[in-house]
Amino acid sequence: MKLTLHIWRQNGPNAKGRFVTYTHDKVNEHMSFLEMLDVLNQELIERGEEPVAFEHDCREGVCGMCGFVINGLPHGGRKGTTTCQLHMRHFSDGDELTLEPWRSAAFPVLRDLVVDRSSFDRIIQAGGFISVHTGAPPDASTLLVPKDDAELAMDYAECIGCGACVAACPNGAAMLFMSAKIAHLGMLPQGKIEADRRVRAMAEAMEKEAFGSCTNYTSCEAACPKEISISAIARMNADYRRAFLPGKPVGGGKLEKVKLLPAT
Amino acid sequence: MSESSSFYSSSVGKKILMAVTGMILFFFVLFHMAGNLQIFIGQVELDRYSRFLHSVPEILWLVRIAVIFSFLVHIIAAVQVWLQSRRARPIKYKVRANLATDVAARTMVWTGPIILLFVIYHLLHLTYGAIYPSLFEEGQVYHNLIASFQLWPIAIVYIIANLGLGFHLYHGLWSLTQTLGWTHPRFDSFRRVAAAVIGIGIAAANIAIPVSVLAGWVS
Repeated sequence: MKLTLHIWRQNGPNAKGRFVTYTHDKVNEHMSFLEMLDVLNQELIERGEEPVAFEHDCREGVCGMCGFVINGLPHGGRKGTTTCQLHMRHFSDGDELTLEPWRSAAFPVLRDLVVDRSSFDRIIQAGGFISVHTGAPPDASTLLVPKDDAELAMDYAECIGCGACVAACPNGAAMLFMSAKIAHLGMLPQGKIEADRRVRAMAEAMEKEAFGSCTNYTSCEAACPKEISISAIARMNADYRRAFLPGKPVGGGKLEKVKLLPAT
Repeated sequence: MSESSSFYSSSVGKKILMAVTGMILFFFVLFHMAGNLQIFIGQVELDRYSRFLHSVPEILWLVRIAVIFSFLVHIIAAVQVWLQSRRARPIKYKVRANLATDVAARTMVWTGPIILLFVIYHLLHLTYGAIYPSLFEEGQVYHNLIASFQLWPIAIVYIIANLGLGFHLYHGLWSLTQTLGWTHPRFDSFRRVAAAVIGIGIAAANIAIPVSVLAGWVS
């Protein structure tokens, strides 16, 4: 297979980026998208050029490290597929592909296709802890969780924090990410204790980052490699509203201030 | 920070306020449409309904103030979240693909201002009689409607504005169920259908009035 690739190249966070076109004729249909780039990078190294920087780790679709936009679609747009699990058999000989990093003010480009997603980490940190009894493992029957709740919480917990939702959202909003975290904790008894405080603190932390706001385009759901439903967002909206009801503690309850990573 | 300003400072809170005020405005639009459809019953009935609405000025103004307040909150929050989202992607994608969104969702930012401009026009036209003073008689609702909708430029304004309203209502109604957290696997798919039926229904019923006058079915 032969491909024409237009790849965003940017030397550093403050450098000016540009698209560079590469012709890649050593593409095998069995390669994953990242392996295809590995082969390109090998050639670039042999030619004495800088290889294309992209993030990756497990290459099994579970770590959330990889991801960039392929022809306008995060992770290439195949249902439930991360970039590392996207195979070249889904493309055809002679295809022209444009590779861009996630475009978001909250995800500054570090180099080429690599972005800084520590804004996600700061939202997670603001969420704080859950209250669990430490010590010996509890008996399985001491804390009963309805089966349906456990299943749904697990669906939301599948979020790998890759950032495709933000990349796909025309508003650059991080609602699917944040709501998946809030929904999965809020559905389980262990996470319910701090639920009010958590949703308020995370919403506040999200506001401090440069994300946009949700207008229910549902692009996030379509782009999510873990197929997380926008029902998570609806749940979070309801949790947020309830956390301000009369009778709830001011500020959502007390908690020692969590030290956040310094803003970048 | 007080609890209310803390609530509003998040875009999540702003959207919830937009959903609540949007719902108030939706009910206003619904009753407004239902009242106006009396034009198809007859002149006496429509004019009597108009006098009924004006019979207790205190109640009329209470409703008006609630609607105006909702309208302002809805618009201010919308502009704020719109500006926030515009800042969120300073570098655009070279290749753009619309994922899952529909036309109604993408045009909210246009149908909103269209409705605002139309409401101003509509008030000047049929409440204050400032657009065509020669065709306007205070309190003669039936006469005012017939006289002005017989002119196609006025009818066109109402038809276009209501098409915009239909789109805005479709996305808005579906969106508010999401923003208020009304989700359940059993009726999640039904939300869009209901929003479409109501949006199209209200737009069609409103558009039926100028079209019927223009076509001479009501005179």
